[in-house]
Amino acid sequence: MDHQAQSSSQVYGLMAEFDSAQALLEAAQKVRGAGYTRTDAYSPMPIHGLAEALGMTERKVAPFVLAGGLIGCMTGYGLQFWTSVIDYPMNIGGRPFHSWVSFIPVTFELTILFAAFSAGISMIVLNGLPQPYHPVFNAKRFSTASQSSFFLAIEAADPKFDAGQTAAFLASLHPREVVSVDE
Amino acid sequence: MTSDWKPAEMLKERPTADLSRLSSRGLLLGGVGAAACAAGYVMVDSLQFLQSYLIAYMFWIGLSLGSLALLMIQHLSGGAWGLVGRRVFEAATRTLPLMAVLFIPIALNLETLFLWARPEAATDPVLVAKAAYLNPNFFYGRAVLYFAIWIGLAFTLSRWSKAQDETAPVGPGPLDRRFRVLSGPGLVLFMLTVTFMSVDWVMSLDPHFYSTIFGVLTVGGQGLATLAFTILVLQGLSGSKPISDVTSAERFHDYGKLMLAFVMLWAYFNVSQLLIIWSANLPEEIPWYIERLQGHWAPWAVVVLLGHFVAPFVLLLSRDLKRHGRMLSRVALFVLVMRVVDLVWTIGPVFRHESTVHWLDFAMVLGMALPWLFLFYRNLGSRALVPANDPYFEEAVINEGH
Repeated sequence: MDHQAQSSSQVYGLMAEFDSAQALLEAAQKVRGAGYTRTDAYSPMPIHGLAEALGMTERKVAPFVLAGGLIGCMTGYGLQFWTSVIDYPMNIGGRPFHSWVSFIPVTFELTILFAAFSAGISMIVLNGLPQPYHPVFNAKRFSTASQSSFFLAIEAADPKFDAGQTAAFLASLHPREVVSVDE
Repeated sequence: MTSDWKPAEMLKERPTADLSRLSSRGLLLGGVGAAACAAGYVMVDSLQFLQSYLIAYMFWIGLSLGSLALLMIQHLSGGAWGLVGRRVFEAATRTLPLMAVLFIPIALNLETLFLWARPEAATDPVLVAKAAYLNPNFFYGRAVLYFAIWIGLAFTLSRWSKAQDETAPVGPGPLDRRFRVLSGPGLVLFMLTVTFMSVDWVMSLDPHFYSTIFGVLTVGGQGLATLAFTILVLQGLSGSKPISDVTSAERFHDYGKLMLAFVMLWAYFNVSQLLIIWSANLPEEIPWYIERLQGHWAPWAVVVLLGHFVAPFVLLLSRDLKRHGRMLSRVALFVLVMRVVDLVWTIGPVFRHESTVHWLDFAMVLGMALPWLFLFYRNLGSRALVPANDPYFEEAVINEGH
């Protein structure tokens, strides 16, 4: 742990609470405009454009889905090829062992299945889930984030973070309140 | 876009320069094609000429009919993509009277094109059994009925849209509900008529062959071609108002996703047909595929597989490509070319056992572009290019909602 992290190791960051989705969206745009990068927002429902406003444009799941789809495709075809041509060839109505036409449905299904699995699993893993503990739970009113309130957090790990200045900046966005969140 | 938009101004905006540029480009290609067709008329025999004519006819009526289907679908589904494409669909559906006129050469040459219309059909027991359906008079009667239904639907929806443009905007109510009230039953009628149309005009070329998915396969191909064509038109007009105000990356993304879905849908229908016929292995059905998958046409089957499915499928997986209008329109143009190849591969083998693709097939598609595109661009330029008075337009398109 370096000196910088040690000095602020007790504080996770600052969190502002807003009353509406629109207020949160506008605040997120200003926070991004001010140059903060390690931010997150919490709301009771999905808000159109919020992820973009916070600069979350990375799409890390896509390559996993593609890889999953390709593996599923090869597994599906390979499985049928192995069983019907190599391991246990059977003469069915005089058709060739390698009947690629009838291999298509299973190949297609496994492609979709593996792609869907890798989409779901990679999404969960890349999000760091399951995560039973998160510092934001230390904020007293955070339980309302699942019902009525909208929160915007700036982490202390953000290179632009400064306890005093950041708190003043968040206060200027007209939140309901700004709280410091312990690690 | 900001919220201080003015529907009345948007309705008046006409991208005259862009329209005439696109139109003259299309007409130039069409003119070259028409000249080649004229040369072909002298050089090749009338059977070859009519085959190419039928292929080109099925391609262009596919755009008219696919537009009618997507027009009714977007009336029912709503959404920004439909509002942006609506005027393009409407302009394309109003080419249906032209397609009715262009059907006359096919109707006059039934005996040349259709085995069942020839006198020797009386000696074929299978064709005798089918004669109650496959006879010239009933064929003509059905064609008249198809065109009456299509033209009736297309011009009613277009007329209501024109009325919407010309009256002051009103909130959701009976004046926009009537689009949906007609489009629901309209789609049912559309599916029935296009299914029978595809049986009459394409499948009955080989009167021994039958496939119950053939109509749906035709509709899927029409929808794909129409989406590709609409992307090209929107991209061509996206440089000037009013289309520049409504075609964001988001809209091209929508159209790209729809085109990807239709590429997969078309492939799904095709595989279903092949799988069922291949598994059943019946002597009435398999000659159709033996002709197309083996021998002279085998390379073209590979072209259709790779060009009509694999290439566009892989390209359209990319999110960045779908959001990039110019890149997407290149894929769309390629898809349109593959639509022609697919039609040649479907219709050609009925007649040609020793040869495959003929240059006149492509010349005829270009030649028919001349009247079709002329009428299309005239239709498109004569009305507002965006349905700015639609009660959902502001919410869906201007504010980029869903």
